[in-house]
Amino acid sequence: MDFSNKYVLGFTLAICLVASGAVASIADVLRERIDKNQILDQQRQVIRVAGLAAADDPLPEEKVAELFKSIEGKVIDRKTGDVLSDLSVADVDPLKMAKDPSASEETPAEFKLAQVSRLPEQLEVFEVKAEGMECIVLPIHGKGLWSTMYGYLAVEPGGAKVKGITFYDHGETPGLGGEIDNKKWQAGWKDLSVYGDSGEVKLGVVKSGAQRDENFQVDGLAGATITSKGVDATVKLWLGSAGYGPYLAKN
Amino acid sequence: MDKATKATLLDPLYDKNPITLQVLGICSALAVTTKLETALVMSAALTFVLVSSNTIISLLRNKIPGSIRIITQLAVIASLVIVADQFLKAFVYDTSKQLSVFVGLIITNCIVMGRAEAFAMANPPAASAVDGFANSMGYSVVLIYVALFRELFGSGMVLGYPVFTQVKDGGWYEPNVLMTLSPGAFFLIGFLIWVQRSLTPDLQEAD
Repeated sequence: MDFSNKYVLGFTLAICLVASGAVASIADVLRERIDKNQILDQQRQVIRVAGLAAADDPLPEEKVAELFKSIEGKVIDRKTGDVLSDLSVADVDPLKMAKDPSASEETPAEFKLAQVSRLPEQLEVFEVKAEGMECIVLPIHGKGLWSTMYGYLAVEPGGAKVKGITFYDHGETPGLGGEIDNKKWQAGWKDLSVYGDSGEVKLGVVKSGAQRDENFQVDGLAGATITSKGVDATVKLWLGSAGYGPYLAKN
Repeated sequence: MDKATKATLLDPLYDKNPITLQVLGICSALAVTTKLETALVMSAALTFVLVSSNTIISLLRNKIPGSIRIITQLAVIASLVIVADQFLKAFVYDTSKQLSVFVGLIITNCIVMGRAEAFAMANPPAASAVDGFANSMGYSVVLIYVALFRELFGSGMVLGYPVFTQVKDGGWYEPNVLMTLSPGAFFLIGFLIWVQRSLTPDLQEAD
């Protein structure tokens, strides 16, 4: 069948309009639900890493809302560590900000091992005020072997000791690097000290089976040297002076 | 049911299975099959996309100019995939997180465009819908088979419920890590293709 050029153009236009209209309207209808899911998912991670609920607790929506009453999300200035009280965590997306050259800067050379290319000017923290469970939950990310690993690190106020670590999104090899999800391995982080005498971050991961300082270091994952190194670089970046260091020093 | 419809419906399950015979859609068959749950959701998403895209493209088949037919098919498929992705994010958020990019990659799943080009462009909507459904089932059956064995042997579980208790949880089963890696899926699919071609020598190609 032959079609005139006019018909072809008209047809293309019509298809584009109908398809984009349909996609946009459906996305719009579902947006609220999706946003809610994302926030809920983030809140669940924060609750678990802070130790307010067991790891296998499914945490229904009402329970999340209840537990989150004792958690306060704050936006901080990365370099000074000051809390920016006029901003709320809902307004700020540090991951997006890191992609915007005007709201971020290049990662200092000494932290390049985490392979995070830019650091945003503002960061989010979650201060957990629950009685006896006080801690600060910090979003962290860095590159492993295959993927960027996104997670949360919970530390005591002031950052002296680790309370917990978790990763909520990564693409590491299941059974090897993917064992960063292993609860037993994550439990090994609890109560490790973060800073050495001169304020440097000593917390980290050593190669699997290597000798380690049990106050500061956790054993690496067997068969996942690069993932382990990535986690090591990630915590050193985020707890260091270019990350949450200035904020932790003030809190 | 007449003979032609029956053939459209049943052929893709065995004689013309998109994965084992045409060896299409392998990428997602490897990627989303470490657990049965993700395989089931992926199958449902593909079924929705394939049935809808076949129907829509078949309805438009006499209106689509030949010169832009591929890009038109892609526009329809891509829109449907985005819709499917949004629905997954809205209703089964946790699973959609595990499926991550692979739902989006249904756009490039060879089965979808293959059926649009090979069947929907030349057949009426009802038959095209049946064809889309049947091919989705052919894909799903293989995906579910691969995922069932990968989850069972890779982590001793089925749908997240422990069947073989792992050594690390105090049981006896030492999980086979190969099954959780992509090559494990290759072995399972290869094994299936071997069994199928041994049972049906007609399917064997001449060397």
